[in-house]
Amino acid sequence: MIDTIIGHYNYWVVILLMMAGFYTVINRGNLIKKIAGLNIFQTSVFLLYISIGYVNEGTTPIIAEGFTRYANPLPHVLILTAIVVGVSTTALGLALVVRIKRAYGTIEEDEIHDKDMSL
Amino acid sequence: MLDTFIDITLLAFLTITAIAIIKVRDLFVVIMLFSIFSLHSAGLFVVMDAADVAFTEAAVGAGISTVLMLATLALTKDHDEKRPAHKARLPLLVVLITGAALVYGTYDIPSFGDPDAPAQAHVKPYYIEQSMRETGVPNTVTAVLASYRGYDTLGEVTVIFTAGIGVMLLIGGRLTRKRDKEDDR
Amino acid sequence: MKHNLVLRFITKYLFPVIALFALYVQFHGDYGPGGGFQAGVILSVAFILYAMVFGMESMEKVLPLGLLRTLASTGVLIYAATGVTTLLMGGNFLDYDILSQLPIQGQHIGIMIIELGVGITVSAVMLIIFYAFTDRRNYD
Repeated sequence: MIDTIIGHYNYWVVILLMMAGFYTVINRGNLIKKIAGLNIFQTSVFLLYISIGYVNEGTTPIIAEGFTRYANPLPHVLILTAIVVGVSTTALGLALVVRIKRAYGTIEEDEIHDKDMSL
Repeated sequence: MLDTFIDITLLAFLTITAIAIIKVRDLFVVIMLFSIFSLHSAGLFVVMDAADVAFTEAAVGAGISTVLMLATLALTKDHDEKRPAHKARLPLLVVLITGAALVYGTYDIPSFGDPDAPAQAHVKPYYIEQSMRETGVPNTVTAVLASYRGYDTLGEVTVIFTAGIGVMLLIGGRLTRKRDKEDDR
Repeated sequence: MKHNLVLRFITKYLFPVIALFALYVQFHGDYGPGGGFQAGVILSVAFILYAMVFGMESMEKVLPLGLLRTLASTGVLIYAATGVTTLLMGGNFLDYDILSQLPIQGQHIGIMIIELGVGITVSAVMLIIFYAFTDRRNYD
């Protein structure tokens, strides 16, 4: 039992963070807040990947003399590019928010739906 | 031991920040808290031996994302979030079920930092042992990124380029602005 | 922020340091942590800091938007062209071994060139996005 907790607390906290982001996305109507929630979700997924690549008493995967145990470089590569792609897509989402504000005059989801209905 | 201590502290900070982001309704505070969240996760990446990732996260998450969100806030001029009209019950239920399913899934994952985990057994030994001989680059992350998975990275760069074009088309171009003005009349 | 003396003074001295660090991260990425993605982001952060303190007008004098658009596409083209070059030299797409007599030397050349392409595109796209969000015409 204790072993399971020590071995898995990292994953559990990451899942908690992921769910916090998910909750913000589905429960809140404000579009900027939704994007902040989406970013939290994204960062938690990054943390999960890096946790899986981690090795006890390992080191950063830069080959050097005197070290034999390295962390797995593959998740690092995937996440490294995912972060930069993530900020570009976040920017695209924010640009859409700006356009929505210009078209509807609001960034609250409920009000946008009301305006769509009244057309 | 110290690693574990720092790890737990940072995870606690992250949890507190995430809960604060849900609670707070002032969007300016939300964005600043998000910046703090990114900085803490960058620290956590360093603890988990991912120096390259930490670098990027610190510059992107705490820097550029925050600036872009603040710019959007300035453009939309809505500083306070309104209360949602619907009850929080259904979303909470969905989130709890998803979370429980994910936690159930973690029981099959080997413990955190286990050197014999399947994730460590497949391509990693090849990268660690052969990359120095085949590419002469000590930083395995760079070797994998640019050489072994160069094709992949080309795709990623194209995605970034396309996102840049998308943003330009949505809010940056002169043509769209002109048409907007005509629509308004 | 245009009249804040302390910010202006510090930014003036911080900018070259950040830009130099970005170049270090770019070209030392083979040996230490770093590479095109990180360097591109750090370089664009330096320019964003400059723009926030000194205003967009002086920023546009340093880096006009047209130049950034060209740079963004140049980076992708450098990357793809490297792949095509290796194809034409008789190897596989992005197979750097063929770029030089020694395979390892070829790998070094190839990695350096494509990291440069990545760095150029990433920093240019980040700045294009920043320009779009701070465009004066959006604030009316």
